[in-house]
Amino acid sequence: MEINKAKVNKKKSIFKKISEVLLTMASKPSGFIGLSILVFHILLAFLSPFLAPYDFKAIDPSLMLQAPSSEYWFGTDSLGRDVFTRTIMGGRTALTITFFGSLIALLWGGLLGIFCGLVGGKIDDVVMRVVDAFLSIPWILAMLLIVSLLGTSTQVLIPALGFFYGKGIVRVARAATHDVIAKDFIVSARARGHSNLSIIWNEIIPNVRDAILVEGAMRWSWMLLGFSSLSFLGFGVSPPTPDWGLMISNARGLMSFAYWAVIAPIVGLSSLIIGINLTADAFAKALGIDRSTKAPV
Amino acid sequence: MFFLIIKRILLGLITLFIVSLITFVGTEVLPGDACTTYLEREAYGAALEACYKRLGLDIPAHERYLSWAYNVIQGDFGYSLSGQMPINEVLGPRVKNSMVLASAAIIIGIPLALILGIITALWRDKLPDITISTVTIFAMTIPEFISATLLILVVAIWLEWLPGIVIVPTDVTVKELLPNIILPVIAIAMIMTAHMARMVRSSVIQVMASDYVQMAILKGVPYWKMVFKHVLPNALLPAINVVALTIAWLLGGVVVTEVVFNYPGLGRLVIESISNRDLPTVQALAIILASIYVSINLIADLLTLMLNPRLKTLQIRK
Repeated sequence: MEINKAKVNKKKSIFKKISEVLLTMASKPSGFIGLSILVFHILLAFLSPFLAPYDFKAIDPSLMLQAPSSEYWFGTDSLGRDVFTRTIMGGRTALTITFFGSLIALLWGGLLGIFCGLVGGKIDDVVMRVVDAFLSIPWILAMLLIVSLLGTSTQVLIPALGFFYGKGIVRVARAATHDVIAKDFIVSARARGHSNLSIIWNEIIPNVRDAILVEGAMRWSWMLLGFSSLSFLGFGVSPPTPDWGLMISNARGLMSFAYWAVIAPIVGLSSLIIGINLTADAFAKALGIDRSTKAPV
Repeated sequence: MFFLIIKRILLGLITLFIVSLITFVGTEVLPGDACTTYLEREAYGAALEACYKRLGLDIPAHERYLSWAYNVIQGDFGYSLSGQMPINEVLGPRVKNSMVLASAAIIIGIPLALILGIITALWRDKLPDITISTVTIFAMTIPEFISATLLILVVAIWLEWLPGIVIVPTDVTVKELLPNIILPVIAIAMIMTAHMARMVRSSVIQVMASDYVQMAILKGVPYWKMVFKHVLPNALLPAINVVALTIAWLLGGVVVTEVVFNYPGLGRLVIESISNRDLPTVQALAIILASIYVSINLIADLLTLMLNPRLKTLQIRK
């Protein structure tokens, strides 16, 4: 009976599995809200260039700091640019960079963690010490240093973010591997004479995949937070690219009389981060992983 | 027990050593050195020579690292390029200001987090839990610069209750800081409290579901006596470590918050020294912030060891 069940499970196509997980996530209100927000933002990122009513970089001094009206739904900013246009386009760069950044983080963090968990011994000790050291440098200092020395182009930001947010995944992947490694099927795979690589690919990865994916989803929201903070501090996206962090920092000085230019990007960024967080939580619950006691490292 | 403590301290020191190597090698490997980066276009001739000499860049890298590390151990971080004075003098007032900010946030945050966490756990899935948990999710997911900006907009600009931007010289007394500091403290305490309250909640829930609590309920121990005597001591111990990690993680958020409020602390110094490309100061800050992280974790470890009688007899953990 048990064996039959396992076989049936294995035959399930990957798409069916994904749709099952998505359905479980959407069946709870928080998961449904999170998924809807995320889907909305992703659609917006793709469609906003066609939806935008104005040019995002069109500067017009005569339209400076206009209050929201039927013509300019969210008003205009200090350079006379349409805030609505810039707000709906403001997530594109952040979403793209952090998405690919988290993929890189997932890959190198996951693989190194599995490797360390599997080989153990001296190599494991040394790697974990280095990871601990990297963890104890505040993210903002390291990111600022990298960005200020190498520049803020996409080619720098994606690997830098990916590297920096992957170190936490190393720990999670390593711990998950430790849980699996003592199980009988690994021992029998070794007895059958499988190589380390084959064991990693066929036995370990399928078993630790869920834990790593959940961690990666969580990293995505932190990475977005970190990236927007960089933009806010003036070290991220360079103007005139519309970006929420940058928009907030530019409009902040004038918010005593032009609050709309601050509120719109704030709503955009907060809703996206909350959406990703709720989705990641629902994702973890749907896969049966408890992360409620985890500290954000 | 004694060896365990020694081991923890040693591990912390090793971590700090690696951090110093990383920051040193990092600034060494990246293009340009401290002088060319700082002087930018004026990096030639006499100015460059003078800068090299001042920082000792004319001697080999490993020797420079050793002498730098030797000085750091003795508490001398070198010379600040942008401040044109010893880094120690730059750091002094900044450290004090940040300490005031952080300790005020911790003094407010920890008790509040405990209370909120316990309330949400004991009234799990009821109205108090749902409302508090929703608020904490918002408070912990929204970036620091957004919650700080919103606080300024609502409290300082619309309600005009408190000053929104801190305009004080760096070497200000604690007393003068007082009305200025309220909003930054709220901004930091809010996020910290939200993170910790969530962890206390799940920890308490876990203990409430354990066998010995069920046993106590069956034996007829009064509810509040059970909560205070059996649940809380066991629930709060594991929370100490997680709380330490959270505080350490929030160091990054403190940097952003200080910038938003223009608060003259370590965080703003981080941004200023990076904007000015003042690499010696950046190195010093990396070591200081990493030491704060390591020592907070160390304190948490030792606290857990001291408070948990079960660990006293244990020789090796981990």
